[in-house]
Amino acid sequence: MTDRVQAVRLKQVSIAFDLKDRGRFEAVAATDLAVGDGEFLSIVGPTGCGKSTLLNAAAGLLQPSTGTVEIFGQELKGINRQAGYLFQQDSLMPWKTVIENVAIGLEIAGTKRSEARRMGMEWLERVGLAAFADRYPQMLSGGQRKRVGLAQVLIRNPRLLLMDEPFGPLDAQTRLIMGDLLLKLWSENRKAVMFVTHDLDEAIALSDRVVIMSAGPRSSIIGDFPIPLERPRAVADIRHDPRFNRLHKEIWDALRQEVLRAYGQTGEDSR
Amino acid sequence: MKKAVLLCLQVLVAVVIIAVWQLASTTTLFGNPKTIEFFFADPFSVMKRIVQWFVDGSIWYHLGITLSESLLAFVLGSLGGVFFGFWFARRPLLAAVFDPYVKAANALPRVVLAPIFALWFGLGIWSKVALGITLVFFIVFFNVYQGVKEVSRPVLDNARMLGMSERQLLRHVYVPSALSWMFSSLHTSVGFAVVGAVVGEYLGSAAGLGYLIQQAEGVFDVVGVFAGMFVLMAFVLIVDWLVTLVEQRLLAWRAQ
Repeated sequence: MTDRVQAVRLKQVSIAFDLKDRGRFEAVAATDLAVGDGEFLSIVGPTGCGKSTLLNAAAGLLQPSTGTVEIFGQELKGINRQAGYLFQQDSLMPWKTVIENVAIGLEIAGTKRSEARRMGMEWLERVGLAAFADRYPQMLSGGQRKRVGLAQVLIRNPRLLLMDEPFGPLDAQTRLIMGDLLLKLWSENRKAVMFVTHDLDEAIALSDRVVIMSAGPRSSIIGDFPIPLERPRAVADIRHDPRFNRLHKEIWDALRQEVLRAYGQTGEDSR
Repeated sequence: MKKAVLLCLQVLVAVVIIAVWQLASTTTLFGNPKTIEFFFADPFSVMKRIVQWFVDGSIWYHLGITLSESLLAFVLGSLGGVFFGFWFARRPLLAAVFDPYVKAANALPRVVLAPIFALWFGLGIWSKVALGITLVFFIVFFNVYQGVKEVSRPVLDNARMLGMSERQLLRHVYVPSALSWMFSSLHTSVGFAVVGAVVGEYLGSAAGLGYLIQQAEGVFDVVGVFAGMFVLMAFVLIVDWLVTLVEQRLLAWRAQ
């Protein structure tokens, strides 16, 4: 690594939790990871490998046990103000309408209400939900809620995007559409992205680089693969590219053992 | 069409009940009508009494008293419940220390407090308001406490990541969540406010629907007792209907 400023730099970050009367559980062993400015990085790993934990450390939602987190060269203290975070679970405020949810990020930062709403409508148009501005989140489908979430995060124009299996709960077709939408919005002003997923296809199709993590506990990064496929990409079509298949095989070979290990640890009914 | 049929059936139930009542109190079908009339009055006298109350206007005063007692109990009890619910939910130590006392206070049947409140606050409206408050407070308190405690973790984390300060979290996340829990118990708490007012009046007062019923009972005026009960019933139904209207507005986001 050079001295060039990275969007995210984890230095020897380890994360442990105190378990009730069962000692300490070390989720992530000392890990180094850097995400370049404008780079789309995916973290792939088996269930329970601590990939979301690592993401939460970069978000400032979780304090690492050891090591430091640097965001654009500054050591992170408290919540990461330069990051936008897209969650796996529903995280819209159910008591606010779609437009209120999208505009709130600007409003609390001091933008005038009318201006925040105007920009909110622009973003809703971009994600194709302008007609749903006055609905409440519960009246939308899972995919529509994710698109609202994307608008809610991107309207603040964060320099860094953190995504925790954001399309995990969606069906396969909707995931492809969301992937394309994400790439389209991302390509407008390439932000640094840290994208956590367990879906290797999705990771390769979206990313500039894929890192894989070993099964927990004490998981760490065990592989780092650049994805030299040119952009713009169409998420559904790129899967038929022979280079995609070669990359997939190469990464899967490294990942397979870890998936099997995680599967063995959690028992037969592992999901 | 279906709605109309349902309404017809509902009206039919009332007609049957009143018809049986009328027959029992005027014919020998169910035994001596004089005895039955003594214990149950008869529908026509009850109706006449209610009409008379409204025509000479004397009922409005009592309704006004009961309504203001209920409203005061509801508003003050809710304010207290919201305040302490929030405070306890945000200060786990405080909640833990006071937990047994809150439970003990809530376990006490509130009716036994009525005489002591009458002693403290006199026979005017405030002893009834106090009784209503002890009922409303705990319902609102537990709901608000739950509402603050059970804010969904992703919603809270998301709000933090969107840049909210603690104060903004309170305004945009904690308060709406707590209020939604409070509003979902609105029917119960408004109902209890009325119960507090009427029971308080019944046990010692100079005005209100509870007083009216108690007075009639004291002179074996069964017609007066039944007339008072029907007015009270209508009063509670109207209050409940108003609550439903408020609820539909405030909890619109919950509708499917």
